[in-house]
Amino acid sequence: MGRYVIGRVLQAVGVLWAAFTLSFAGLYLLPGDPVDMATNAATGTPVDAAAAAEMRARYGLDQPLWTQYWAALTHAVRGDLGRSISSGQTVTAALGEALPSTLVLAGAGLLLAVIAGAGLALAAAYTRRPWLRGLLTAIPPVGASLPGFWVGLILLQVFSFRLKLVPAFGGTGFAGTVLPAVTVAIPVAAVVAQVLYASLVSTWRQPFVEVAFAKGASRWWVQLRHVLRPAAAPALTVAGLWTGSVLAGVVVTETVFSRPGIGRLAQESVLHEDIPVVQGIVVFAALVFVVVNLLVDLAYPLLDPRVVQANSRKERAHA
Amino acid sequence: MKRAVALTGAVAAALTLAACGGGGDSGGGSGEPSGPPQAGGVLRYGLSLAPTCSDPAQSATNQTIYVTRQIVDSLVDQDPETGQLKPWLADTWTVSPDARTFTFHLKPGITFSDGTPLTADSVRKNFDSIVALGGAKAPLGASYLAGYAGSTVLDPQTVRVEFSGPNAQFLQATSTPQLGIQSDATVAKSADDRCLGGNVGSGPFTYTEWKQNASATLAKRAGYSWGSAVFASQGEAHLDKIVFTVVPESGVRTGSLASGQLDAISDALPQDVSQIESGGGRVQFTANPGVPFGLQVNVTRGPLRDPAVRAALVPALDRKELVDTVLGPQFKVATSVLASKTPGYVDLSSRVKYDPDAAKKLLDQAGWVPGGDGIRVKDGQRLAASVIFAPVFAGNQAILELTQQQLKAIGFDLRLEPLSVAESNVRQNNKDFDFDYYNSTRADGDILRTTFAVDQRNLNARGPSEPLDGLLSQQLSATDPGARAKLIGDAQAAVLDQGLWIPTIELSQAIGVGKNVAGVKFEASARLQFHDTWLQR
Repeated sequence: MGRYVIGRVLQAVGVLWAAFTLSFAGLYLLPGDPVDMATNAATGTPVDAAAAAEMRARYGLDQPLWTQYWAALTHAVRGDLGRSISSGQTVTAALGEALPSTLVLAGAGLLLAVIAGAGLALAAAYTRRPWLRGLLTAIPPVGASLPGFWVGLILLQVFSFRLKLVPAFGGTGFAGTVLPAVTVAIPVAAVVAQVLYASLVSTWRQPFVEVAFAKGASRWWVQLRHVLRPAAAPALTVAGLWTGSVLAGVVVTETVFSRPGIGRLAQESVLHEDIPVVQGIVVFAALVFVVVNLLVDLAYPLLDPRVVQANSRKERAHA
Repeated sequence: MKRAVALTGAVAAALTLAACGGGGDSGGGSGEPSGPPQAGGVLRYGLSLAPTCSDPAQSATNQTIYVTRQIVDSLVDQDPETGQLKPWLADTWTVSPDARTFTFHLKPGITFSDGTPLTADSVRKNFDSIVALGGAKAPLGASYLAGYAGSTVLDPQTVRVEFSGPNAQFLQATSTPQLGIQSDATVAKSADDRCLGGNVGSGPFTYTEWKQNASATLAKRAGYSWGSAVFASQGEAHLDKIVFTVVPESGVRTGSLASGQLDAISDALPQDVSQIESGGGRVQFTANPGVPFGLQVNVTRGPLRDPAVRAALVPALDRKELVDTVLGPQFKVATSVLASKTPGYVDLSSRVKYDPDAAKKLLDQAGWVPGGDGIRVKDGQRLAASVIFAPVFAGNQAILELTQQQLKAIGFDLRLEPLSVAESNVRQNNKDFDFDYYNSTRADGDILRTTFAVDQRNLNARGPSEPLDGLLSQQLSATDPGARAKLIGDAQAAVLDQGLWIPTIELSQAIGVGKNVAGVKFEASARLQFHDTWLQR
């Protein structure tokens, strides 16, 4: 098990390094550079070459590519992600300011998504009425295809502008979080429902289900006690997918609901080609993926003991 | 993540297109509250983009300037109606006959909000610091101070600013927020640290909170008594506080204004006007001064080398159709190479007018004959060119699509190349385009020199030519406003004579204002000044 964890951590470091390097290369390939953007974009005023050169020197943009890359990498390893070119803030401060709002949104969205998605899947798998099952299983594809910005605008129109129940922007607590959380949750709930439903249906066909019925258990009891736990494991393996879905939802949702989080920060920094901030966000997103997948891997044996047995057998065989 | 960003972009584009579809009627609208201004209250303002930096000297975008303008005073102010310069921090000033030396006499008793006095030495330190920030960090301020030789403190209330060459535009430049005066402690900070909300000025408002990408809160400066002569009163501002919140989505800004969650908003789109007015609000607009939107011609490319072609393009455009179809009544057609609110503007609408027959005649005479597909040809060369543009203004794409149709009618094939801002910068710097479509805002005719002079960025890629070169440099030495206006007027005609700019429409700022808000005012550069704003309660 110890060896397994070390292997996973090394893998995680590799993923972070790859994310850092690819984002560096990608931003380097974009046309222009942040100095062009900062000096030209808004004003149309020409900047004399000396001033632009001085600014390039200040940000090390006049150095050879490898020197720039090495400097950025060694600084990043030490936790120094540099300063935003457009706002002058340190990247860590910018991420730190944006993070709490995004964590609240993503956490609430994920919670809602799991409750709604699991509820839908359980109800669809439980019912024996074909028309109801057909109706319930038709909901997730619709949810997955609704554009987030549209859902957000409709929710605002109804609950904020007309009914005036919640603030349209700048809110905190339940009233300020509920609409954006629902917006984030809808596509994620759709994924959860689809995967869990498929898994529940195939688990229902397992022989042990009949054994459970033979013991006289009710349909609800069998589903919750015997079917759900083994069926949950495959759904959990795609938690990385949920995380991606949440992060993607956050970008659109934060723009519609004027929330100053990581998604908005990402959008604004890409627009301004603010390389240090974009890199900080990419590395942060990679870190989230790595941690989520690591947690899922570690939690998996708890749901399905066979995984650990298989692993230890493999370890013994290698030894 | 990347895909999501692209999606938001697509969404924005779709909304923009929708925006362009509908015309707008903002002529109706209910009037603003009348009566004597009431003191107190908090103005809640919705910005369309995050301000980039809290430093007036480093401000460039409108949304940034709407915030930073409020915390600093300038040496002089410019009357938005007449373009004349009026006293603000300085009650008098003199300009040397060679337009190289400017002397300002400051009003006595002015203090920064940290209690320190604003003196001639503060002015010197500010200008020195802007030159040190340089063109990369303070592009506008540094261009206004080009050729800065230094400032001399003659006495605590008098400062002399000197340049190495004539610089007549500097006087108007001292009215801009970029050359606003901040405290010694602020200007001693690094460029980055000046962006973080700690700026101290002498203006009618002071920063109380700055949250990057989210909001800025300003409070009234108690004891303010040195307002500009353009203000309705010279005393304290009426509002207790202004809270600027970034609300990027235009539908959310409009809904928030109509439902009373905001008091005023930036960038009210034509299709939002009816919703704003149904809530009792109104849309206030003003045309930007400077160079109006237009096609800047690269005179080294293909058919655009032919002066007759360039001349034919000006009467080929139906500008009224552009405004009526795409933009709505807040916008004006361009009638010269300067926008109508710019000091020194001359009305050249007798030349900048729709006359397709004249355009065709010019092309016929120059030997361009219609080919099989209707596009003209000469010596095997098709009459075709492409235009690069960035999505900095929502209407650009739709305007250019209509322009394309109008030019096709005279046998000219215009191709559209929409680019990101970054790509467009690279193409500009390399002069790799046929036409470049953009505008520039400045309330001084010197914008003609920075846009068209051969020793500036010279996007026309042209060689030296008289009388244009002489006019553009002479206006910098002209200290008499009348004489300078004459030179700037002649320069507009000279730019048209050479076919360097094909004007289309003038940009306007449209601000949505709630029913309880009065006295929202545009300053001369079409940016907001909240000193006279008040709330009816």
